[in-house]
Amino acid sequence: MTIQLAAFYVCAVVLIGAALRVITTRNAVHAALWLVLAFFTAACLWLLLYAEFLAAALVMVYVGAVMVLFLFVVMMLDINFDKLREGIWRHLPLAGGIGALMALEMALVLGSREFGVDGPRSPGAPPAGHSNTKELGRLLYTDYVFPFELAAVILLVAIVAAIALTLRRRKETRYQDPAEQLAATKANRLKIVKDAPAREAPATPEGGGE
Amino acid sequence: MTQWIGAAQDMLQGWFGPVWGTHAWSLAKSLAGIVAVLVPLLLTVLYYQLVERWVIGWIQVRKGPNRVGWKGVMQPIADAIKLLMKERIVPTGASKGLFFLAPIIAVAPALGVWAVVPFAPGWVIADVDAGLLVVLALSSMGVYGIIIAGWASNSKYAFLGAMRSAAQVVAYEIAMGFALVGAIMAGQSLNLTEIVMRQDGRYGFLEWFWLPLLPFFVVYFIAGLAETNRHPFDVAEGESELVAGFHVEYSGMTFAVFFLAEYANMILVSTVASLLFLGGWLSPFPAAWGLLGAPGIGWLAVKIAFFMFLFLWVRASFPRYRYDQIMRLGWKVFIPVTLVWIAVTGVMMLEPLASTAPFSIWFGK
Repeated sequence: MTIQLAAFYVCAVVLIGAALRVITTRNAVHAALWLVLAFFTAACLWLLLYAEFLAAALVMVYVGAVMVLFLFVVMMLDINFDKLREGIWRHLPLAGGIGALMALEMALVLGSREFGVDGPRSPGAPPAGHSNTKELGRLLYTDYVFPFELAAVILLVAIVAAIALTLRRRKETRYQDPAEQLAATKANRLKIVKDAPAREAPATPEGGGE
Repeated sequence: MTQWIGAAQDMLQGWFGPVWGTHAWSLAKSLAGIVAVLVPLLLTVLYYQLVERWVIGWIQVRKGPNRVGWKGVMQPIADAIKLLMKERIVPTGASKGLFFLAPIIAVAPALGVWAVVPFAPGWVIADVDAGLLVVLALSSMGVYGIIIAGWASNSKYAFLGAMRSAAQVVAYEIAMGFALVGAIMAGQSLNLTEIVMRQDGRYGFLEWFWLPLLPFFVVYFIAGLAETNRHPFDVAEGESELVAGFHVEYSGMTFAVFFLAEYANMILVSTVASLLFLGGWLSPFPAAWGLLGAPGIGWLAVKIAFFMFLFLWVRASFPRYRYDQIMRLGWKVFIPVTLVWIAVTGVMMLEPLASTAPFSIWFGK
């Protein structure tokens, strides 16, 4: 058994264990943290396939950004977990049916000729000087440029739609315009008024002071 | 030097046989590299903290620590011993496992990133092809330490600090990523060594990327301040309103580990900025100047020290940003600036411009 194979089995066990804990743990924050571990371990598996760009991108995008926002939301939720579990038996048939359907779909894909165990395997160690990132970039911007650009446009539309749906100007909120604040000068804020003293200033004793 | 390394390799292979000997050799080599990087790093962290107090004292016209040892040089040792002796307190109702996991998660990426940071050609533990991406990915993990610490402490102050930090880090990571995209474009590689070597040339410091990528350089450093939760963006700690923010419930060594992670991250931001924008180990003078013009790790140390001083200078000089202004600066100023400059960099790298006078210095290679 090579060290790579041992690393694969360790990562695989950790990944499956973490994924199971995501759905079995009772605390939503713990579940999100287990999901972080699952993502990170999946990135380790990709590293074993010499896909270092994908592995780093997975950690950067999902672990570094998406899950941080997830945690941000989940931590602020105030969920009554007993209430969540109330209807479990009533919903079990439907949920079980959907679960079985998903398992069947996965079995179909994995069992087919293209994706079966005889299908694609690890490409093996790349030759020295081979750049995974460069190869990926070449493919994305030549052979797959239209699907890639299409995906980018769809994402952009989704961003615009999400902002358009949630952005509303609330009337009771007060806004500050930093440009206006910066433009403020002494001349338009301060007025010096000359006023004659109401009475004579008292004479200060010699050498005194405060 | 190379003879000794070869002799060590032969010795290990003699002990463990040809198959396991190779593994033992790579393990020993990696361990030696890790020790060679982490020991100076931890010493720097220890004394950076003392230098910080001296520098801020000097800027505020007062004396810094000057009692322990000669002129106070033993102060960090005394502080470390004090922190080691202190009791670790776990708040009531805290999520105990996560409470102790948080400092570990904060410090592990802060130290792990150094595996891909080169200090001179070939002086790197793991010369990863996508090195810069690894730096970005691992340093984005550090925020989990802060979030988990805030949540697991079961304290409102800590929790507010964690929320602020999460929003702030996500906001500034985008601008930071775009700034790095500019450096990747100009360096035409994700490998840190290659990006540095692309800044080599006849004109010394004019060849470095700080000049064509000046907006990225500025944005990267300011985003680095925000990512490490340093002044003037340290609202995650915010002494005046949140006591100490996310680590308010931590004491003794658990607090010290957060401290260590923060300072290691500051040194990392300084190092990456030196490598990407100030030519890393390259000399600022033309190569014809003999010893002054020769590249070396000393130049990198000088540049890192400059950025580390900048961290302290900024801390002593600027008032803390208001939270909504931090968000405005991140989303509405930095991201548009970097997006525009990515397009400008692309135009500068296009052919008619790339080989004409000023641009050929950086992009004509």
